[in-house]
Amino acid sequence: MKITEAIKLRYRRRLAHLRARIKGREMRVVADRTRTMPRDAIILLCTLRNERIRLPFFLRYYRDLGVEHFFFVDNDSTDGSREYLEPQPDVSLWTTKGSYKRSRFGVDWLAHLQRRYCHDHWCLTVDVDEFFVYPFCETRPLRALTDWLDASAVRSFSAMMLDMYPKGSITAQPYHEGQNPFEIAQWFDSGNYTIHRNHAMGNLWIQGGPRARVFFADRPEMAPALNKVPLVRWQRSYAYLSSTHMILPRGLNLVYDERGGEKASGCLLHAKFLDTFAEKAAEEMARGQHYGASKEYKAYHDKLARHPDLWCKYSEKYINWRQLEILGLMSKGNWA
Amino acid sequence: MSVGFVMLCHTALERAAEVARHWAERGCPVVIHVDKRVAKLAYDGLVQSLTDLPNVLFSQRFACEWGTWGIVAATQAASSLMLERFDDVRHVYLASGSCLPLRPVEELRAYLESRPRTDFIESVTTTDVGWTVGGLNLERFTLRFPFSWRSQRKAFDLYVSLQRRVGFRRPIPEGIVPHLGSQWWCLTRQTLSAILENPDRAKLDRYFRRVWIPDESYFQTMVRRFSTNVESRSLTLAKFDYQGKPHIFYDDHLQLLRRSDCFVARKIWPQADKLYDTFLRGNSHGQASAEPNPGKIDRLFSKAVDRRTKGRAGLYMQSRYPNENWENGRTAAPYSVFEGFSEVFENFEAWLGKVAGTRAHGHLFAPGRVEYAGGETVFSGALSDSAALRDYAPKNFLSNLIWNTRGERQCFQFGPNDNQEISWFVACDPNAQISVITGAWAIPLFHSNRNFSDIRREAARLQKLESDHVGILRSHYAKARIRIWTLAEFVENPMEPLQSIIDEISPRSQRRLTEAPRLADLKGFGQFLQNLRNQGMQPVMMGDFPTGEDPTTAASRRGRPYLVK
Repeated sequence: MKITEAIKLRYRRRLAHLRARIKGREMRVVADRTRTMPRDAIILLCTLRNERIRLPFFLRYYRDLGVEHFFFVDNDSTDGSREYLEPQPDVSLWTTKGSYKRSRFGVDWLAHLQRRYCHDHWCLTVDVDEFFVYPFCETRPLRALTDWLDASAVRSFSAMMLDMYPKGSITAQPYHEGQNPFEIAQWFDSGNYTIHRNHAMGNLWIQGGPRARVFFADRPEMAPALNKVPLVRWQRSYAYLSSTHMILPRGLNLVYDERGGEKASGCLLHAKFLDTFAEKAAEEMARGQHYGASKEYKAYHDKLARHPDLWCKYSEKYINWRQLEILGLMSKGNWA
Repeated sequence: MSVGFVMLCHTALERAAEVARHWAERGCPVVIHVDKRVAKLAYDGLVQSLTDLPNVLFSQRFACEWGTWGIVAATQAASSLMLERFDDVRHVYLASGSCLPLRPVEELRAYLESRPRTDFIESVTTTDVGWTVGGLNLERFTLRFPFSWRSQRKAFDLYVSLQRRVGFRRPIPEGIVPHLGSQWWCLTRQTLSAILENPDRAKLDRYFRRVWIPDESYFQTMVRRFSTNVESRSLTLAKFDYQGKPHIFYDDHLQLLRRSDCFVARKIWPQADKLYDTFLRGNSHGQASAEPNPGKIDRLFSKAVDRRTKGRAGLYMQSRYPNENWENGRTAAPYSVFEGFSEVFENFEAWLGKVAGTRAHGHLFAPGRVEYAGGETVFSGALSDSAALRDYAPKNFLSNLIWNTRGERQCFQFGPNDNQEISWFVACDPNAQISVITGAWAIPLFHSNRNFSDIRREAARLQKLESDHVGILRSHYAKARIRIWTLAEFVENPMEPLQSIIDEISPRSQRRLTEAPRLADLKGFGQFLQNLRNQGMQPVMMGDFPTGEDPTTAASRRGRPYLVK
């Protein structure tokens, strides 16, 4: 790395920290239980807006995995999400009326919390519709994974987003509170992902899946990025750049092996395409608060009206992480 | 006669206490060494929790930094204490705080009882060791290592290479033949006391203090001097990965561990409740006399190491993205590329699918859309037929296709009109079988109803593309199985090449081809080429096509089986 480049990256990192400090002032604390959390707690961080219906299953899923404390930033919900989260014993909650877009899609808010509370903790940063699976997740808690990563001197863990969808129209089966969303959205694309290397940041840029296949077949470069590094042993000096797709210092982006081997990795099952989605798409389009002027949502909205079925003959039905491992979407690496 | 356990502990002390209690309650004395770096509070807690057991002792504490003398010193102190205080101990078993007994103590006792003079310790000469990390074998004994390998790696490496260059060597004391091996051993009182009470011990200790990772060599070397009966294997099941750190056992390894018939396993994840419950409190036991048999576990872990170092061939994903030429297999399985065949034959794809029993696609890289077999709009792995998606990452597209259809051979057509970006990728892929009829692209032009000036321009363009492509196939980097014919060569005798290609695709079907695909109509093709020449173009890729004369009889016998033999 050239020295000028190193300085530039350091500057970007500093800038991210500065933004976090400024944007952090937009947040108001609702429930601060950080003092009750264990010294080496595994922390989950999440920004949300009007996701009340998803919360019960989300909390249960991650509590079962072994998350010990939740940090939520509520972006002005009106559906009771805040009221639901406030009394939970392992949740610390902040709220803000600030602009989602201008806090770089929640990154700045979370960065503020990460810098303040998460130093030297394992942090899992996900959205409320993302469900983390990793090798042996049925039999080994998250702590087993982080212990193993610690022993292997690995600081960051990759989990690609895997878009899940139902068979038939996405509005056909309504989602009930507390229900496992993957009872409805059981299907995924197993082998149509494209990978480009981002040399500036060292990360891979993965695209594909049903969103590329159906919504972006004619302009694939616009398809959303699926690579993520959600699990990091956080240090005060770290900073996510865009969502959890990229992180600085960029050594943390090197979650892949370049000499033919496989590093361990997981997946984030993405329960976006439920019946709640059509509503969300309309709302988000109106707000224009998402990436690229909510361009993505516009594409969904247009296409979903005409082509509501993401399922195809070669869609794969989800069974468990071992299936994803065999299909080559994630890997056990040398964890056995 | 009994076996005594020496335990070296530094973390998860509650678990260590459980294991110590397990052994002590079953009549085996235990001496525990706790790393000096452990906080006093935790240490006192451990001592407190075991006060009710008279046969559990604590030895003098040393700081045990990885790879340093401290671990050996701790072992010596604890072993001395064991031999001194428990007279009926015949074997001393060195274990760690994260060890777990897999078989009842009685079985271990019986096993050792029947081998009263045997020392179980892995001890291998430095030249025969294959597993050392960092490549230091004999040099562990002859160089100096003042820097920490873990925290001062650069200085460590620099200093080693400096010593190598200068030719520095520490003399190895007389009578010492360096041996290496697993740290976890089980020695007899006779051997162990001989090592500990050796009059030269002070001198040898001083030497070993400066050896790198002495815990893997001190006892392993000494035992060769004093033991009468060394059995060079460890009774502790401990596996190491490619970085030299131990593999860890979890609850889901229960069945594997149970069937391994090993006495003690290391290293157990402290929160593996099911394992601790089953093996410490359950009454599990196998056959009392069974020999340890960790074969299955060996395979599991060596597979894991393989996955981490070599990976699955032809897979590109979030945590495996090899640099070029590091792929160890660019694609997952063999496949065939046919260039010009679907132009020369009228029904080539259908014929190929039938004869070779494979998936025969059309032009996968055609400009308009991806021509999957059977005109499908999506294919395995939910690959789209959108040309834009494919052209966004053509190599990914091909490697995905081959990965998704592992177990079924793929064949596809290719030509100068297709996306040429994959030329190098395919040419350098040993999995590819590429068969080319050069100049065949002229046949559709010949049959087309277009203005001749358009045809001429198009012919010049395609010829340029094809000659570039063939140049790549002929380069010395190419690793694919490549066959190239000119159109003229091929139509003279089409069956022989076809037969050899099909034989290669499905070697088990020994049958001769009985049905040939139908040759396209080439009447007047020679004249067509001449017309191109007359217009100032130089068609060379077709080979020597005789002007005016139509192709030979063989080609003109349409639809009839043509037998080579």
